[in-house]
Amino acid sequence: MSKTEREHFTEHFYVSGHTACAGCGQSMGVRIVMDAAGKNTIVANSTGCLEVFSSKAPESAFGVPWVHSLFENSAAVASGIEAALRHEGKIDDTRVISQAGDGGTGDIGLQAISGMLERGHDVLFVCYDNEAYMNTGIQRSGLTPFYANTTTSPVGKQSEGNPRPKKPVVEICAAHHIPYAATASVGNPKDVERKVKKALSIRGPKYLQIHVPCPLGWKSEGGQTIEIAKLAVATGLYPIVEYEYGKLVRVQKIPSPKPVQEYLKTQGRFKHLIKNAQALKQVQEVADKNIEYYGLK
Amino acid sequence: MKKFLEGSWAMADAAKLCRPGVVAAYPITPQTHIVEHLAQFVADGNLDAQALNVESEHSAASVVLGAQAAGVRSFTCTSSQGLMLMGEVVFCIAGMRLPVMMICANRALSAPINIWNDQQDSIALRDSGWIQFYAENNQEAVDLVISGYKIGENPKVMLPVMVCVDGFILTHGMETVDMPTQEEVDKFLPKYNPPYKLDLNDPMSFGLLGDPSVYTETRFAIHKTMEEVLAMIPKAGEEYKKAFGRDSLRLVEEYKLDDADTVLVAMGSVCGTIKDVIDSEREKGNKVGLLKVVTYRPFPKEQIVKSLSKAKNIGVVDKDISLGSDGALFTEVKAVLDSSKNLSGFVAGLGGRDITVSTIKEIISSTKKGTGSCTFVDLNKDLLFEEFTVVEE
Repeated sequence: MSKTEREHFTEHFYVSGHTACAGCGQSMGVRIVMDAAGKNTIVANSTGCLEVFSSKAPESAFGVPWVHSLFENSAAVASGIEAALRHEGKIDDTRVISQAGDGGTGDIGLQAISGMLERGHDVLFVCYDNEAYMNTGIQRSGLTPFYANTTTSPVGKQSEGNPRPKKPVVEICAAHHIPYAATASVGNPKDVERKVKKALSIRGPKYLQIHVPCPLGWKSEGGQTIEIAKLAVATGLYPIVEYEYGKLVRVQKIPSPKPVQEYLKTQGRFKHLIKNAQALKQVQEVADKNIEYYGLK
Repeated sequence: MKKFLEGSWAMADAAKLCRPGVVAAYPITPQTHIVEHLAQFVADGNLDAQALNVESEHSAASVVLGAQAAGVRSFTCTSSQGLMLMGEVVFCIAGMRLPVMMICANRALSAPINIWNDQQDSIALRDSGWIQFYAENNQEAVDLVISGYKIGENPKVMLPVMVCVDGFILTHGMETVDMPTQEEVDKFLPKYNPPYKLDLNDPMSFGLLGDPSVYTETRFAIHKTMEEVLAMIPKAGEEYKKAFGRDSLRLVEEYKLDDADTVLVAMGSVCGTIKDVIDSEREKGNKVGLLKVVTYRPFPKEQIVKSLSKAKNIGVVDKDISLGSDGALFTEVKAVLDSSKNLSGFVAGLGGRDITVSTIKEIISSTKKGTGSCTFVDLNKDLLFEEFTVVEE
C-alpha cells in the first residue's frame, strides 16, 4: 500500500496520472462517480482494468480510502468494511462503494453481489459495463452484446460473434427488492451524477450499472466515446432504467429510436454486421424488444 | 475457570473473549458448532459483533479481509472444501498483511467426499503466509486463539493466524478446559490498533498492483517476518504462561525426549494418543519420546534439529500426503536433519481413519527398524487393485 499524495485530492478523489487508454469510458465513469460520492467514501474495487490502470504500486489515482483484493469479491469486501463501520458506529458518516467491471459483476462476482444485496448492507455497487473482459484482452462476458466480435466469441464462417444477448444484471439485482437499482450511461454524465447521489442518499444496498465504451475492445475512436455511449441509448440497445424495491419506476424515453446501424457502424466489433442484412435485422430485434419490454417509447 | 465443554464451545468462547467486531463464516462440517455458538453469543447480547451469514466461504474470507482492512478485529472459521474455496482470499489476506484469525477444523478433502478428520486442508495452504498452529487438545486450541491474535496483531508481524484443530476429535470432543476470564483476556490482548487501515482521515490504498519491480520484495518481507515470528514465539509463550499459567504457545513440545532413542514427530490431536503409548512403552523400558510440532508456519527448523539431536530413530506421522511425494511434515523434517538419523515417515489417519494405540505401536516398531521413506500405514489391501498390492508387498 502507498500513502496517497494528499495535495492532489482537494476537490476530486479520482485524478489524472493513471494509465487508462485515451477515451476510456470506464475512467470517465469513475471520475463522475467519485466526484458525486465525495470524500467520505471508502471504495472496494474488484480486479480489472480499473484496478490495474489506477493503482500500480507505489501510486494510486484514488484520494479516498481504497482497497482491492480479488476479482469476484469486492461486494463481500465492501460488506466487511460496512460491518466494521457499523461495529464502530461510523456507518452514518461513511459511504461504501464497491465497484467492478461487467465480468467482475455479472459473471464471477454475481454470487458475492447477491449475498451483499440479500444481507442488506449499506453499500452502493457500481458496475462499469464495457461489455467484455477488456483487461485480459477482450474476451466475451455475460454482458457482451449480441453478435459482438470478441476474442472468445470470434466471427468466423459459422459465427456472427457472441450468440447470446446481454445478461440482465440490473433486473437480477432489482429482483432482490433492494431500495434502488439503475442503469446509466457515461454519455450522460449529469444523469450518472444524479443517480450516484440518489443512491448514496438511500440507506441499504444499491446497484448502479454504467455503460462505458472501451475504444480498445470495441475498436472505436477514443474521441467518440461519449457519442457512441449516447447512440447505444438512442437506439434502444442500452435501456436506461430505474428500479425501486423491485419495481420499475422510471425509464429514459426514446420517442424516435435511431436504427441500430448508427450505433453498430461506430465500432469495429460490429463491422461484420454492416453488410449482413439478416444479422442487422436480428440486432434491430434486440433493440425493439428492449423498447417494448421497458416501455422506452 | 475449569469447565467441561464441547471443543467448539470452548473455541467459540475463546474467540468471543478476544472481542472480534466482525465475525463471518459459512457452515461446513465439522466447523459448524463453532459458528453456531458465536451466532448465539451475538443473539444473546453476549458478543458485541457484526455476525455475517455469508453466502460462501469465499465471501466469509473476503468479509473478514474487508473488516480487518477497516481496522476492526475479525474472526472466521472453516474446514476442508471451505478452506479450498477461501484459498485465493487466504493468500490475499496474508499478502495484504491483515492479521485475521481463523480456526480450521481440519477435515479431509474431496474426492471422495469425506467429512472426517485429516490435516490435508490446512497443509494445502501452508505456503499462504499464514502463521499456522496445530492444537493437541481443546485447551491448546483456546490458548492458541487468544495468544495467536496477539502474535498476529503485533505491529511488527501483521500476519494472519490459522489455529488448526482436528475436526470432530477436538471440535466435537468434550474435555475439561480452563477458560480465562474476560478481564484476564482484556488485560492480555489490547484493543486492535493497526498501524494502517481504511480511514477517511488518513486515506490509503490497499492491495495495489505489484509489478516485477516490487513483487519479490513483498514476498521476502513476509518470509522475513515469519523468521522473526519464530524468534518471538518462545518469548510470547512465556508471556502467555505468566498471564494464564499454561505454555500452550510454543514452537514444539518435547515429550520425554531427554533419553529417548526413538522419537515420533507429529501434529495435532494424535499427539495425545502417542503420549499414552509412550507412557506404556516406557513402563516396559522402551525409551520412546514425542516431538509435537505446535508451530508449523513458520517452520521451526533449528528447534527441530535441536530437539531431535539425541534421537537415533525418528518416525514422522503425517495426516496428509503430497501425492506423488511424501507427507508434508516428513519432507520438512527430513530436509533439516542430517543423514545420520534413521528416519521414517508414516501417512496415517486419512479421512477420519482412527490412529489407534496399536497403529502407533506399529509405527514405533517400524521406526526402530527404519523404513527410510514415507509409507502408508493401516492400508486395507482388500480395497486395493491387485497391481497396487504387489507394489506394496
